[in-house]
Amino acid sequence: MSNARIEANAAGRAARLLTGLTSKAAAALITALVTGSALAETAMAPARYNLQHPATKVAADIYDLHTLMMWIIVVVFVLVFSVMFYSVFAHRKSVGHKAEQFHENTTVEIVWTIIPAIILLGMAWPATKTLLAMKDTTSADITIKATGYQWKWGYDYLKGDGEGISFLSSLATPYDQIYNNEKKGEHYLLEVDNPLVVPVGKKVRVLTTANDVIHAWWVPAFGVKQDAIPGFVRDTWFKAETEGTYRGQCAELCGKEHGFMPIVVNVLSAEKYAAWVGDQKKKMAAAADDPNKAWDLAEMKARGEKVYAANCVACHQANGQGVKGAFPALDGSKIVTGPKAVQIALVLNGKPNTAMAAFGKQLSDTDIAAAITYTRNTWGNKTGEVIQPPDIKAARK
Amino acid sequence: MSAVLDNHGHHDDHAHHPSGIMRWVMTTNHKDIGTLYLWFSFIMFLVGGVLALGIRAELFQPGMQFWRPEFFNSLTTMHGLIMVFGGIMPAFVGFANWQIPMMIGAPDMAFARMNNWSFWLLPVAAILLVASFFVPGGAPSAGWTIYAPLSTQMGPGMDLGIFALHIMGASSIMGSINIVTTILNMRAPGMTLMKMPLFVWTWLITAYLLIAVMPVLAGAITMLLTDRHFGTSFFNAAGGGDPVMFQHIFWFFGHPEVYIMILPAFGIVSQVIPAFARKPLFGYASMVYATSSIAILSFIVWAHHMFTVGMPTAGQLFFMYATVLIAVPTGVKVFNWVATMWKGSMTFETPMLFSVGFIFVFSMGGFTGLICAIAPIDYQIQDTYYVVAHFHYVLVAGSLFAIFSGAYFWLPKWTGHMYNEALGKWHFWLSMIFFNITFFPMHFLGLAGMPRRIPDYAPQFADFNMLATVGAFGFGLSQLVFLVAVLKCIKGGEKAPANPWEGADTLEWTHLPSPAPYHSFEEQPVVK
Repeated sequence: MSNARIEANAAGRAARLLTGLTSKAAAALITALVTGSALAETAMAPARYNLQHPATKVAADIYDLHTLMMWIIVVVFVLVFSVMFYSVFAHRKSVGHKAEQFHENTTVEIVWTIIPAIILLGMAWPATKTLLAMKDTTSADITIKATGYQWKWGYDYLKGDGEGISFLSSLATPYDQIYNNEKKGEHYLLEVDNPLVVPVGKKVRVLTTANDVIHAWWVPAFGVKQDAIPGFVRDTWFKAETEGTYRGQCAELCGKEHGFMPIVVNVLSAEKYAAWVGDQKKKMAAAADDPNKAWDLAEMKARGEKVYAANCVACHQANGQGVKGAFPALDGSKIVTGPKAVQIALVLNGKPNTAMAAFGKQLSDTDIAAAITYTRNTWGNKTGEVIQPPDIKAARK
Repeated sequence: MSAVLDNHGHHDDHAHHPSGIMRWVMTTNHKDIGTLYLWFSFIMFLVGGVLALGIRAELFQPGMQFWRPEFFNSLTTMHGLIMVFGGIMPAFVGFANWQIPMMIGAPDMAFARMNNWSFWLLPVAAILLVASFFVPGGAPSAGWTIYAPLSTQMGPGMDLGIFALHIMGASSIMGSINIVTTILNMRAPGMTLMKMPLFVWTWLITAYLLIAVMPVLAGAITMLLTDRHFGTSFFNAAGGGDPVMFQHIFWFFGHPEVYIMILPAFGIVSQVIPAFARKPLFGYASMVYATSSIAILSFIVWAHHMFTVGMPTAGQLFFMYATVLIAVPTGVKVFNWVATMWKGSMTFETPMLFSVGFIFVFSMGGFTGLICAIAPIDYQIQDTYYVVAHFHYVLVAGSLFAIFSGAYFWLPKWTGHMYNEALGKWHFWLSMIFFNITFFPMHFLGLAGMPRRIPDYAPQFADFNMLATVGAFGFGLSQLVFLVAVLKCIKGGEKAPANPWEGADTLEWTHLPSPAPYHSFEEQPVVK
């Protein structure tokens, strides 16, 4: 699956577009219809006119259902509108057609009520079959919980191979690409730091929930889209048929960075997956911080900068100035330069009815201590204080 | 009712209505109020249009160009709210005010003073809504559907939005009560229900829908308000509430709302097509039954907006079947219009162009609606540009084109002048072409996986987004042709005869001169 390489230079493309537009648009619908499942066999480029190349049985069923529907619709459309356009050309006053005065005809009216009803029944049958298959989340090999946060995903492997693995997955595209200071990469906006990894050919059940507002976990190639609702757990499932990398996005408006929380799933062979699980377990053991280590200011700031960049920068900005009227500045803020307990409590518990999340549920003591230390000693803030992990631990109750 | 009629007679005797601006502030005349509604909706249409162009400008290329993401979200939210509540709905109420009394042979609306009040609430609401751009935190940015709990995160702009919606809801309810009362009590002798023009029928049904669902919206946003400020937890799971409940309540309002915005359009098209085909409407009775069926079905399909929220399989199947069923009465309508055209003697003045264009393009929106109704497919296209394409095909090519059709159709009666046919035709063809350039590519974007409501997108979506933006600016500019056509028609132009359309046979054409006098049907006509 390789994304089309699209040049950032829009001017050239605009010129090309304007000349090719009309024929393109006209050809587009036809392409979408005619190719049908033939496209599904060959398409490795990203979808342009149709649903993405399916990677699961369910997605393939949806693809075929859509193709079937399109054909039915095209036939009905052509029938109805050839009658209308024939009439438009033949029954006009300028060609001397005299109006007849007939109206109402019970037989005709019953016929054009019953026939569509029968066609609809024909559509409902395959739709029902596919829907029942989609809703069957029983006997999964692996169960993973996907938690939506503003604005990243958290994954916890709850059951099956890899049980106990847990990580956050955030956008990996640099801000400089988004703000046009740098050339956009191949997977612009559809790349993450830690992709979800699953084995091929295994039934993966995904439990969705959220921490703050409603998100939706969507991978088009799997035919899976499930809202993630705070306080509730929903489930869905997929069984990827081929190895590869599959990309999706959050599909429910969840605030300002809604467009910037992609989903990437790596589907690996059984052996590679086992190796990945081993790696992850080792990494997690190594990354566990010694709770009694006393950190100095430079170390803590360096770590805090990373935590800040992953969790705080979207609202409070890299320069700590926030966004006027929407997200408060941290540079010079009374809370950030005041007593540390107040800031710790705010970061741990969040602020109700705002986008300020309760980070106590998401981040480790060390990460929270680092981020707070960073904010208290960066920009114009010079408290000189180092917040230590035990400070955070003590504040959690 | 009789009190209102007396009051009206009093006006006639002395003819001392105020002049200047006070004429419009104090007016209880249905024609004045209709004009106010129509101008208000046109202004809101332009405001909402400018917001849409702000959205399309940002989406011209990948990368963030003009706005910050939160402002982009405000643009999409406010575009939706303004177009739905400020543009389309008041425009149809404007048509109702002008046309219903004239078409049923009544001298005015039943509650003339309430009519004034229900209009003048609207500018107040509009000011509140637009003012939200200037408060800390900016305008609401949770989407026009203002889903909780995202909408509980917003600043005071959200509260302004909630109050504006409350006020507009009150205005709609008053307007609807007025319309129902007028239609049921003030028809000319001899005009039985089944002899009413179809536009009146569709508005009667629409008014009932409005009375039924506007209070539901009011309930939802009131709960939202108390969640935001008074510590309730209707939609807060941590407090024992349910975020999904907001969506159920919202869409119980929202789906009938969709038909509120399209049934009067069906009514307008059902007047225009027979007039220009010079042939009676085919299947009048079945049109009435189809409209009623659509209205009734609209109450049992709301959760098709929520297939991906998660609900029991039986629920999903029920809502899928019920939704698919709506295609039957909608199909009956399209077949009836085509059968009306069949073997007529058609001419294609601007109103007819917009009505035929309506049937053609609205049907595409209807078909994509059927695709969305199939739950498994909806999993792929829910919250993508496919949905954006679908509802713009029914709301722009549907409701808005019907509004244009009706405007050109009745302008001669309203102003006493013929509009400029060349300008009208330019307006139609430019709108039709640019509309399709804007929205057709969005089907492909949605299928290929572009979510809606995002300020930036992956590069594989670049070509179609650029195309859509070019189309949107073209469509926006084309609407200035309409403004010029209307202004020219008001100022002068060829004098309109009482009935400029050979095939029009409703009372306003057969019994009233053009322009219609300020007070019409002081004596009721008798319908045979």
